[in-house]
Amino acid sequence: MRLELDGITKRFGSLVANDHVNLTVEPGEIHCLLGENGAGKSTLMNILFGLLHADSGEIRIDGAPVTFADPGEAIRDGIGMVHQHFMLVPVFTVAENVALGFEPTRRFGWLDRRSARAQVRKLSTEFGLEVNPDAVVETLPVGVQQRVEILKALHRDARLLILDEPTAVLTPQETEALFHIMRSLKASGRSILFITHKLKEVLSVADRITVMRLGRVVGSTAPAQTDEEALATMMVGRNVELVITKPPGHPAGTVLQLEHLTVSDERGVTVVEDVDLEIRAGEIVALAGVQGNGQTELAEAVVGLRPVRSGSLRLAGVDLTHTSVRQRIHDGLADIPEDRQLDGLVLSLSIAENLILDQYDVAPFAHLGVRNLSAMRANGDRALNEFDIRAVNENVPVGTLSGGNQQKVVVARELARRVKALIASQPTRGLDVGSIEYVHRRIVEARDDGAAVLIISSELDEVLALGDRVAVMYRGRIVGIVDPGVGRETIGLMMAGGGTPSAGNEGVTEHVGVSAGEEP
Amino acid sequence: MTTEPIAAPAPAEDVTLPVLTVDGRGGNGDGRGGGGGRDGSTGEVPLYKRLLNRLVEANPTVVTILSIFTALIFGGILIDVTSGTVVHALSHIGSHPGRALSLTCTTVLDAYGAIFSGSVLSPTALGHAISTGQGWTGVFNPLSETCVAATPLILAGVGVAIGFRTGVFNIGAQGQLIAGSIVALYVGFAVHLPIGIHLPLVILAGAAGGAAAGLIPGILKARTGAHEVIVTIMLNYVFLNLLNYILGGAPFQLPGQTNEISQKMLSTARMPHLFGSTLRVNLSFVIAIAMAALASWFMNRSTLGFSFKVSGANANAARTAGMSSSKVTILVFAISGLFAGMAGMATLAGTNFFLSSGYGGTIGFNAITVALLGRNKPWGVVWASMLFAMLDVGGATMQVRTGITLDLTSVIQATIIFFIATPMLVREIYRLRSTGQGALQLFTKGWSG
Repeated sequence: MRLELDGITKRFGSLVANDHVNLTVEPGEIHCLLGENGAGKSTLMNILFGLLHADSGEIRIDGAPVTFADPGEAIRDGIGMVHQHFMLVPVFTVAENVALGFEPTRRFGWLDRRSARAQVRKLSTEFGLEVNPDAVVETLPVGVQQRVEILKALHRDARLLILDEPTAVLTPQETEALFHIMRSLKASGRSILFITHKLKEVLSVADRITVMRLGRVVGSTAPAQTDEEALATMMVGRNVELVITKPPGHPAGTVLQLEHLTVSDERGVTVVEDVDLEIRAGEIVALAGVQGNGQTELAEAVVGLRPVRSGSLRLAGVDLTHTSVRQRIHDGLADIPEDRQLDGLVLSLSIAENLILDQYDVAPFAHLGVRNLSAMRANGDRALNEFDIRAVNENVPVGTLSGGNQQKVVVARELARRVKALIASQPTRGLDVGSIEYVHRRIVEARDDGAAVLIISSELDEVLALGDRVAVMYRGRIVGIVDPGVGRETIGLMMAGGGTPSAGNEGVTEHVGVSAGEEP
Repeated sequence: MTTEPIAAPAPAEDVTLPVLTVDGRGGNGDGRGGGGGRDGSTGEVPLYKRLLNRLVEANPTVVTILSIFTALIFGGILIDVTSGTVVHALSHIGSHPGRALSLTCTTVLDAYGAIFSGSVLSPTALGHAISTGQGWTGVFNPLSETCVAATPLILAGVGVAIGFRTGVFNIGAQGQLIAGSIVALYVGFAVHLPIGIHLPLVILAGAAGGAAAGLIPGILKARTGAHEVIVTIMLNYVFLNLLNYILGGAPFQLPGQTNEISQKMLSTARMPHLFGSTLRVNLSFVIAIAMAALASWFMNRSTLGFSFKVSGANANAARTAGMSSSKVTILVFAISGLFAGMAGMATLAGTNFFLSSGYGGTIGFNAITVALLGRNKPWGVVWASMLFAMLDVGGATMQVRTGITLDLTSVIQATIIFFIATPMLVREIYRLRSTGQGALQLFTKGWSG
């Protein structure tokens, strides 16, 4: 399919989300749409998929103008979309999910399960997807669920596939497998529109790259003609440091000490098992792992949001295992939570109020139970400058800021006071390149000021860029602690449970993981 | 756009694109504008234009006003179609169109005029008072009655609103109101003290009774996770029947009575009148306004109020910031109950002076309504309570003067809330612009609480 978007413009009130966007996807082409959050990529895709309607401009398929009133019409014309958040029924099998909405039926409306299964099998072999049609979706790993989404689109005869940030939830190995699938789809003549903000992926898989910024297409290029720096500059509109230059740390004594830490989830299932970890002052330990391997729960246990079942936690020698969140904050623990909107901020409150969320009842922000609003505003005003938070003033609601600026508010709050240890979970998730650079720099500064830093990230780039040591977590256990110098491949394998590095690997500085037989 | 390959950095002029700087969604999302000063983006739009924009966008204030307006229109239609004369005139609209149209209008205007003159100010009474110099009581009586009716609504409504702001749904204002009344009544008739001590003690007793009743669901929710909506609804029945029970015998029952009527408050336990004994408005009204002011200060300036607000807006963030959710839950129920208890006390010590079966009517439930209408802000609750009191008080005048039944005002009250709860509908009817920030959902979010 040859897809042409011609002069697409979409306004939301005074905001121009798409400003005369032109884009052409040739048949059998993997076309990358690159841009920061808020650049207008999602708006454009929603217009293409019939979820939004352009104010002006034209969509042409194979030269003929088309309009889509709803996604159903887009699907009928051969456009398939794999959303970032999967649209699958967890308790249905793969075949049932794929058939859903387009079910083959026999007489009297009986579902023809056999033909649905056969369809899945046929498509799956054709493109090397390797999916069992009878598996129940909720039991499948994320990477396979994503393939089910692709199957769904293929089952509806999609000739152009839109993949919206498909690699955000995948391990490096799963990402490679996805790229393999994408190439075989391309070989069959299908076009792929691949949306991402990860530069490495773009260069390895794209035939053509279109970069958007502030609602406009700022350029179009091919991988051979560009590199990461040039793409980043196009995306952000200024030079950015992709990998921050980090001087070697000067670790001192142990500050944060986890011993045999075991944590359960709400159902009583052990999610963190017998974790030992020591982080020294002036050191960053990056905890790598695919999402859902217990890192979130580990971080929650450390900051006090989740009870510790057994084991202990010490901060600068003080036992914090069973103390309150408040006590831990008081003792010098800072926390950048995984989901800033869910746990980190109150979107309806002002920047100034969010900046004192954990200090609201202590001096200088309160005296005898009465808040000191002018001290709060002065603090907010100072933070706007110091942490480069872009806002009209400190009184605007945090919810009106961009993701990057919201995260700066969280970082400003946590790093404004002297911290002994900082726990940062996915500190740059969903942020644009410019904000990532900024947050990384601040975290390294905190380290150099003598804080013990624990970074939890599923982004391998981030782990490698920040970690002085890298601990890899798999199924609730730390399977190894290595030097970031051992390389992506080794760490990627460990993340996928592919065994700890062999004894001869000189990058391994420590091996704290527990072998399988050693149950507590 | 350009389709030729660009490997070099984009031209510098692109860096300062001003297009997307108005709200946080664009690019770097900076409200400051591309490298500009802080007040860059909003300073260029003239003030009148910004005000005009505020009026045509679906912000909560505009929606509230339009909800009231729409409800009055709806009430007007109801008046017309239930009026025999109007329907008769409309059936002859072909022959007498003028009469039919004027009747549809005058009937409605008469009814609403009667509500106004019965609850705020009667122009006839005013004219009479000015020309004769007599009958000033009649001029001020409607407003006085509206204030009397609004007093318990304000107090209980503010209490419910504080709960809503904190994210808890105190449906138990009715029960807490009764609990406060019982304690205040006991102190009011069984204790003998001079007025300067007795009356403050009665006020405190009402507050304490309500707070104690509020603590029950608060502690249950904090300690056991019991759902506050279920618990408070059930407690309403407990207190309702507790009142019936104690009215059946000593020490509360009025001696020599078989009816369920309590002893009377001693004169030292009664609120003084504000403007002489002919107007019923009394100190309770001043207390209600003062408590609303206190609540407003409390939510905005106290550390406890701040932790309430944060817990209500985002309980997870509150927990992450080290606030104790059980402490907040227990205290907010105590405070919400305290206001409800004072509402019961205010009418008891202000105008009623005794308790009987069914005391409090549906004040505790109307409190939920005015909290909603007042957008859970203390001063908003004051205005909403005054409006509802006007409809209640004026409705009686309307019934006497026009024969339209008092139930109409209940329909109008319910219709207002109907529209408040469906802001999308109001937006559609008046073609308001979307603010795009989900601001309207704040009204009713979290009822599953």
